Amino acid sequence: MHLSTDPWVWVAAILSLFIFSFLYKDNPLYKFAEHLLVGISAGYYLALYWHNGMYPNIIAHVKDGNLWYLFPLFLGLLYFAIFVPKYAYLIRWPIAFLLGAGSGIAIPATFQASIYKQLEGTLLNPLNTYPSALAVFNALLIFFGVLLVLTYFFFSKEHKGVLGATSRVGIWILMIGFGASFGYTVMARVSLLIGRLHFLLGTWLGLLRF
Amino acid sequence: MAARTIPLAIVFFFGVLMTVQFYIPHPVSQRLYEMVLDWMNGVSAAAIILAVGSLVKHHWRKISRRENVVYSGVTLLAFFFMAFLGLFVSIAEDSLFQTLFANVQVPLQATMFSLLAFYMASAAYRAFRARNLEATLLLLAAFVLMIGIIPIGYLIHPKFADFAQWVLNVPNMAAKRGIMIGVGLGAIATSVKIILGIERNWLGG
Repeated sequence: MHLSTDPWVWVAAILSLFIFSFLYKDNPLYKFAEHLLVGISAGYYLALYWHNGMYPNIIAHVKDGNLWYLFPLFLGLLYFAIFVPKYAYLIRWPIAFLLGAGSGIAIPATFQASIYKQLEGTLLNPLNTYPSALAVFNALLIFFGVLLVLTYFFFSKEHKGVLGATSRVGIWILMIGFGASFGYTVMARVSLLIGRLHFLLGTWLGLLRF
Repeated sequence: MAARTIPLAIVFFFGVLMTVQFYIPHPVSQRLYEMVLDWMNGVSAAAIILAVGSLVKHHWRKISRRENVVYSGVTLLAFFFMAFLGLFVSIAEDSLFQTLFANVQVPLQATMFSLLAFYMASAAYRAFRARNLEATLLLLAAFVLMIGIIPIGYLIHPKFADFAQWVLNVPNMAAKRGIMIGVGLGAIATSVKIILGIERNWLGG
């Protein structure tokens, strides 16, 4: 056993144990660590947004004499109108800008990434382009799978008859997808847990051999 | 007018402008896109000041009412100390700011998320009952995925990992693509409704 001599490793280890103490029950040590995390994260992101968002995207341009950048600076300041009840409605202006520009950018971008690219990947190619019979089977399964899932999301007609049957198979495919996503997420969390235990038992206590 | 018409006009103007500019392959259009992106980043960054203001206000109110003074004090102290370091001292690789991030924020966050492994397992135990075909498929897919990506899957059968990967790459892919296409169509429809002023919930009361 070789205990770590780095004080920061001790800090990280003790705080990790404070969080794990919640597995027993809610307690003051967990609450301390939780509130510390909220404070540290808020401070971290405030500084990060200033250095990576506000300063390079707005302030630096204004300093260089580009007065077009006074417009977003003005819009950004309007967020603080919320603190003056008489002018609180002005907070809608920066929100309107973000919503409008965001929606405008999202329409072609979403079409490209979520619709065009997905359809391109789903459509079947000539048979001789597939390397094996299994690849053909997989491509057919994906093609019909996507069609069946889409029929489940088609709500303009009651799910009866053929549409009822196809949408039911669509649900089965969705369930397999949800199950796979759930399993994957669980394993991601377990791998985080292994990482933390590795840190506590290895880096901190020196019980593990690397 | 300033309360409703001007925001709707701003949404319409920037919505149409940014949609149209995408289809104009010209340096001026590209420059406009980059400038509006800069503006968006700047305006979004200003919003975090508002969020942080609410956090400080909330904890300050708790301290003045003498509720959870210690915990709210810890939050405020940690926040102001970290913000001071980041805004006025340094955010360089070897700064105290980054050291606190690496040795306090990262381990706390990682441990917090790793706790979810326990709660997800207990939730799964309660929710995963093979009551009907749909629930059984969900259970089987999750089981195959979880066992398939760990070494015990290989011990059960050498092809188990390949099968788990196949579930991930084929039926899961079909489900994900169907959802993505549906979500994409929904997002476009919502964006058009916002730009045209049909969707006005964001204006509030």
